Amino acid sequence: MNDNPESILKQAEAEFASIDDAAELEQAKARYLGKGGAITELLKGLGKLDPDARKTQGAAINRAKEGVEAALTSRREALAALKLERQLAEEALDVTLPGRGQDVGGIHPVTRTLERIQEIFSSIGFSTASGPEIETDFFNFTALNIPEDHPARAMHDTFYVDDAHLLRTHTSPIQIHYMMSHQPPVKIISPGRVYRVDSDATHSPMFHQVEGLWIDEEVNFTHLKGVVADFLQRFFEKDDLKVRFRPSFFPFTEPSAEIDMGCVFCEGEGCRVCSHTGWLEVGGCGMVHPNVLKHVGWDSEKYLGFAFGMGLDRLAMLRYGVNDLRLFFANDLRFLNQFK
Amino acid sequence: MKISENWLRTLVNPELSRDELAHLLTMAGIEVESIEPVAPVFEKVVVAKVLEVEKHPDADRLNVCRVDAGGEPLQIVCGAPNVYAGAVVPCALEGAVLPGITIRKAKVRGIESFGMLCSAKELGIESDVDGLLLLAQDAPVGQSIREYLDLDDNIFELKLTPNRADCLGALGVAREISAMTGAALNFPQAQEVEARCGDSLPVAVDAKSACPLYLGRVIRGVDASKPSPEWMARRLVRSGIRPKNVLVDVTNYVLLEYGQPLHAFDLAKLSGGIRVRFANESEKIGLLNGDERELGTKNLVIADDKGPVALAGIMGGSESAVSSDTSDIFLEAAFFDPVTMAKGRMVNLSSDSSYRFERGVDFGMTEQAMARATQLILECAGGIAGPVTNVAAQLPSRDPIKLRISRICKILGIGFTKEKVLDIFQNLFSAEDFAKSEKERHSRSTGEDNDVLWITPPTYRFDLKIEEDLVEEVARLYGYDNIPGVTPQASMAMLPSYESSRTLSAVRKLIAARGYLEAIGYAFVDASWEEDFCGNLDPILLKNPIASQMSAMRSSLIGGLVDALAFNLNRKQSRVRLFEIGACFSRAAQGYDQKEMLAGLCYGSAQPEQWAQDARWVDFYDVKSDLEALFFPVTPDFEVCSHPALHPGRSAAVILEGRRVGVIGEIHPKWAQKYDLPRAPVLFEVDLDALQIREIPAFSEISKFPPVRRDIAVLVDEKISAMDMLNACKSVLDNAKVELFDLYRGQGVEAGKKSLAFRVTIQDTQKTLLDAEVDVMISQLIEALEKRFDSKLRV
Repeated sequence: MNDNPESILKQAEAEFASIDDAAELEQAKARYLGKGGAITELLKGLGKLDPDARKTQGAAINRAKEGVEAALTSRREALAALKLERQLAEEALDVTLPGRGQDVGGIHPVTRTLERIQEIFSSIGFSTASGPEIETDFFNFTALNIPEDHPARAMHDTFYVDDAHLLRTHTSPIQIHYMMSHQPPVKIISPGRVYRVDSDATHSPMFHQVEGLWIDEEVNFTHLKGVVADFLQRFFEKDDLKVRFRPSFFPFTEPSAEIDMGCVFCEGEGCRVCSHTGWLEVGGCGMVHPNVLKHVGWDSEKYLGFAFGMGLDRLAMLRYGVNDLRLFFANDLRFLNQFK
Repeated sequence: MKISENWLRTLVNPELSRDELAHLLTMAGIEVESIEPVAPVFEKVVVAKVLEVEKHPDADRLNVCRVDAGGEPLQIVCGAPNVYAGAVVPCALEGAVLPGITIRKAKVRGIESFGMLCSAKELGIESDVDGLLLLAQDAPVGQSIREYLDLDDNIFELKLTPNRADCLGALGVAREISAMTGAALNFPQAQEVEARCGDSLPVAVDAKSACPLYLGRVIRGVDASKPSPEWMARRLVRSGIRPKNVLVDVTNYVLLEYGQPLHAFDLAKLSGGIRVRFANESEKIGLLNGDERELGTKNLVIADDKGPVALAGIMGGSESAVSSDTSDIFLEAAFFDPVTMAKGRMVNLSSDSSYRFERGVDFGMTEQAMARATQLILECAGGIAGPVTNVAAQLPSRDPIKLRISRICKILGIGFTKEKVLDIFQNLFSAEDFAKSEKERHSRSTGEDNDVLWITPPTYRFDLKIEEDLVEEVARLYGYDNIPGVTPQASMAMLPSYESSRTLSAVRKLIAARGYLEAIGYAFVDASWEEDFCGNLDPILLKNPIASQMSAMRSSLIGGLVDALAFNLNRKQSRVRLFEIGACFSRAAQGYDQKEMLAGLCYGSAQPEQWAQDARWVDFYDVKSDLEALFFPVTPDFEVCSHPALHPGRSAAVILEGRRVGVIGEIHPKWAQKYDLPRAPVLFEVDLDALQIREIPAFSEISKFPPVRRDIAVLVDEKISAMDMLNACKSVLDNAKVELFDLYRGQGVEAGKKSLAFRVTIQDTQKTLLDAEVDVMISQLIEALEKRFDSKLRV
């Protein structure tokens, strides 16, 4: 039997290092530290030695014992690490496989445009108003200063439901409903579907508009210009977007203006989309006509306001580069899936 | 309206380029929609005379011509069939570049050719005329064709707003340019033509307010077979009007020049005098365009003793029309009231005249226009004119409008002085009109109020009625571009925010997150959809639908989604999930009601096809879960219901606080068949406002004690609904959470029965529950279920 602690330690270290299995390692441990193990046996034999030798030998055995224990711990740890490593290797996934579960749907580009507009305007305190799509002649025309013989009232422009009702041809009647049920000041946008007897590549019998109205005691034309320009710059995320007003005519505003913005496709250089003018027409606006205020019983001397209207579909087309209005109402998944 | 730039420049010629002029007009509110050059760019094409024509020796269809193009005679081979010796034609000289062709000295079938005789098509000035362009015999040989035909011209297409009727004539546009630039207006003043014959027709105006001014005169001995002079024909063509005969051409020309419509009747075809009156009911007239129209009492007519000879201000009658044989005419220039014109508007009948009268024709120029037309007829067609018969009544008034400088500043947001404003109107109005306005002003102002101006609009401005109209004129002349955009300063009150209401946007995001794509359908649908999907036999119909399948106002969104499904299935889509939010319409006691609804449709596999799961077809419960998620944390009840669109055994009404707020279910198999759907989609439709209800969370104490969980399974009859049982459980154990976690039929369960397993979680906030206490509760529950549903506990 080997009674040299140092050689026992060496032997143990060599043996442990050669073992790859945790259970085997524990068996090997017993051969050194267990009952009848080599180190245990040496300790048992200490009693037979003389005191001096016992002291020297005892210290040597203890060093060997500690060495064996250290070797054991380190091998245990190494084996545990190895085991974990193996487990991890076995459990590895192909992380490139697609994720599972439900698809994500999407919001229609026109609605998406509308939500952005609401968000932008709400940042300066505009709330959203809505109104009926089947309207009376009064709200759609008369209250908006469109006289009875106006061409827009003819059957070829307006869808009629019966003699007294029609499908609203613009979102402006919402203004009237709102003003009749509120007191000044008002600050609203009113989006919605509108209808006109018209159908070709650039016209749909149903389309969307958004109207804005701000009435207060000190609202003027420079504010209209400022707000409209600011909005278009925010909407198209283009701080240097050019916006210009051109004199125009609407029965419910005076002065009136057509709103043009620099073409977002050619940066004003001239292209097919802007008919080589560098400008795109995006809507109309003006100072609320005093007759409109009179119709709702507001003092047109005290209150002034501006109104603007824009085509939501048109803004969506420009924003997302959609080239055919009809795509908006075809509900083709290949189209809708592009707006997620 | 189309107008030639060169014509315009004869009237007013500011130092502006073509594009600058167009921009000026556009920014003045007279939008130049397009600018079209009259001819493409080319050079070296001159007026030439064909001296001799000989057959080409080697080609049947070719001729060899000797041509005088201003220098040595040229030999030119020509293939045009209408060439003849003596013809005056355009000739492209060596080196000329025409659209698509460069002219070089060449041999044509062995004969040298030193140029090309041209057609209008080859010059690019007309698209569909073949054959040489034959010029007048007196055309100066050698002159550039561009110069001779005035080809260095552009056509401005103007898009005029309805308020600017005054710009429906060259004069009006020129006046506007003059006002904007200060350039002088050179308008041709018509000289009153002396009456050289005494003939006249009696004129009676019955409808005086509809026709407050009627001028007529007889002109005898005209030669209507003569062509109109080149310059006039050219201006007509460039305004989009085809020359007809000299009489019609002159009236059209004056219409374009002055904006005043005129009409020439063939005097020989009129009987008796002229009467301006409203038509009698059912009176008929044959019109110049070939239409036969039946009239009503709203239609103003010009009649002779026999009946209507013209629809006043709209179109002349065919019987009294002038032709090239006409020798005596009755020429009419009148002012018809715009409102009468608008009321008498007839379907599909509009003319250059009616377009102008409806918007307002300058009654201050009617006499001049008459004189101008007479002068031109005599110049171009000869003849002698009779005296003008003038029947006048009350013309529209032009009252002075009060304009406050302070009001201008308030509306426009920039400062103006009285002088500046007066300046603007001085530029805008003619000297005469401005003087008239100033005279009125001085007679009104007392001098002390420095804020007020009185402005009298000219006869041609029908749109200036109130102060704001004048403010717009000030802004326009000042220049919209010169008015700055200003960020407003306003009160900073915050908008309200309602947590108990889910925003529309949040609803959309919720449903989109569950895989649905938003659709937008038309609000008018096929009436059969209303019948099939809503059982609505009396839908709200449009009086003038654009198409029969778009004639009924929808009362449900289901039809549109089914249609969209069919559309996408036809395009090879196999999995469709759509939703729409939109208004649905119904009749109300007074008028119509409109309700916003949200509908969804699912078709195809429950989940997108994916690698680790077998495809499973979407069913009622998948969609129900989507709907529940939309309502969450509000939990609606689902009750068996019948709905015309849905499978009677696979549909449910959605009930919220006792109110039916929607439906969900599989589409009825008969509709799946009718609408060509291979399988039945699952649909739902709910009131949007029900989905917007959102409870505000209220905190409750978290229990420190452990929950106790017990599972029980019971056998019940197939007919018993799970919801009834769950509700019963809740009523027995009001502080327990009861969930259904298993449904089993099959081995061990007799036919007609089902096994339902419930998980009961009991939690006391005050103490730890003892097993004995829980046992009591569970046996109470089991007993209650047995009693109510005749259920048997499964062990």
